[in-house]
Amino acid sequence: MNNQTDIKERIRKNLIWKSIFRRDYRNTVRDRAQAVFGNIFLHLHPVQVREGAVRLRFTWGMGGITFFAFIILVITGVVLMFYYHPSIEQAYSDIKDLEFQVPFGVILRNLHRWGAHFMVIVVMIHMFRVFMTGSYKAPRQFNWGIGVILLVLTFLLSFTGYLTPWDQLGFWAITVGTNMGAATPLLGYQGPFSEFLHITPFNDVRFALLGGSRVAGNALLRAYIWHCVAIPLVSVILMFVHFWRVRKDGGISKPQK
Amino acid sequence: MNPFIEIITQPDNIAIVIMIIMVTFFTLWAFQQAFDNDKLIAAGKPVDGENEGLVDTFKPLVRIELIIALVVMVFLTFWSIVVDAPLEEIANPTLTPNPAKAPWYFLGLQELLVYFDPWLAGVVLPTLIIVGLIAIPYIDINPRGNGYYSFEERKFAIVTFSFGFFILWLLLIVIGVFFRGPGWLWYWPWQEWDHSRVVFEPTRDLSNVIGIDSRSLPGFIIGAIVVNGYLVAGMVAPYRYLKKKMPDFLKQFGMIRYLVTTFLFITMMSIPVKMVLWLVFHIKYIWITPWFNV
Repeated sequence: MNNQTDIKERIRKNLIWKSIFRRDYRNTVRDRAQAVFGNIFLHLHPVQVREGAVRLRFTWGMGGITFFAFIILVITGVVLMFYYHPSIEQAYSDIKDLEFQVPFGVILRNLHRWGAHFMVIVVMIHMFRVFMTGSYKAPRQFNWGIGVILLVLTFLLSFTGYLTPWDQLGFWAITVGTNMGAATPLLGYQGPFSEFLHITPFNDVRFALLGGSRVAGNALLRAYIWHCVAIPLVSVILMFVHFWRVRKDGGISKPQK
Repeated sequence: MNPFIEIITQPDNIAIVIMIIMVTFFTLWAFQQAFDNDKLIAAGKPVDGENEGLVDTFKPLVRIELIIALVVMVFLTFWSIVVDAPLEEIANPTLTPNPAKAPWYFLGLQELLVYFDPWLAGVVLPTLIIVGLIAIPYIDINPRGNGYYSFEERKFAIVTFSFGFFILWLLLIVIGVFFRGPGWLWYWPWQEWDHSRVVFEPTRDLSNVIGIDSRSLPGFIIGAIVVNGYLVAGMVAPYRYLKKKMPDFLKQFGMIRYLVTTFLFITMMSIPVKMVLWLVFHIKYIWITPWFNV
């Protein structure tokens, strides 16, 4: 017993320990607050929150779960990028390699795919919860709009990821999806009024999406860059705004009557 | 295997099954709490959470976040061990699968292609969904029901949103995933897909019903009157009703907000209208113009 406290004491008095944690934690009001605002990850939170934020029946934790799913997807996504070439010669065999060559490659890919489906599901339920509690009302109108855009970006993240394995499922799903671009009024070659702007299959919205007039190598590269760099970048920035505004608009919404 | 079991247990469709279970559970929970709060309000009592105090973030909130993160991680790991992500044959531009389906969360939009041309189903309506969602806080000026579950205080908002979310978004997704087979024809889950099945459905346009060629000038004029008449009537009729029954509300609501709200609302309602026209009356187009068809 004595020995144990002695070891604990020695670790805590250690120069390295102290350099990391800077101060002792004594479970006082001050230290509990310090634990939150002295920590870069926790300081997203206020020092104190409403009881409702802790009781699951109000928020269901859905916003947090969405963010957690996003983190899982970033981590598994980065690891997957080590094994993947965005070219039509190699993409498919890279996925096959994940299955047969890469240690835990199957689990890695499964986690990424099911995590993506999961994120789409929970982000929709999060929106439903915010609607049902009227939490989009003043002063949170703007943050609801940011949330809608994040919802759309979640769909687009998943959609662009669909093509990356370069299998029949992704290829035709992207073909069906991007064909809609060709129907854009004015800007798609099959859309209404596009003839007035001299729009052809080689200069319309669909061409811009695919980097060509059909789903081929350029489309795969574009999907890959949107999926791994561009959309995550925009999403992360908007998430910062979203979380920031949750705090600035008064935290988890509470009954206002 | 039983086709129903087969379709439900396809790896990607397991996500849809999970979605149905989760959405059902949380919907019931939300409405349960809404009705509970309605009773409290009717009794003049404070709603759930109205008088609650503060707790420290560290550790009550941090603890619950950690627990949820672990539960989610365990759930996803379990899912990933039990079910393998599908990988079909390598992409082959010369071999079109039938049906070629979009990712599941876009199948509601793909389902709309049965009733609308692509420029509406794939571009205009999705854009209006996004714009409409963002507009919700600015057109819903009802100050009540802010920050708690409720139903009685905001019936119109909740019924409208629920119709869009459950019927037009989720139900159409479920139909697209489980009930659409080759040729985008309707298949019950227990029916085998028949790739040679052809359904001849006599199509006609609205003006054909009264014997006028929809591609002629009179047909064009009738179509224009019906489509624009629907829009105008849909925006004028509620105005007259509100003017009579709720003049104060209308004044407070304002003209711009009124126009935006009714436009979004009747656009949304045009989806079930077109569905009925097609499914019941086999009417394909209402208005045919040289540039687009509605």
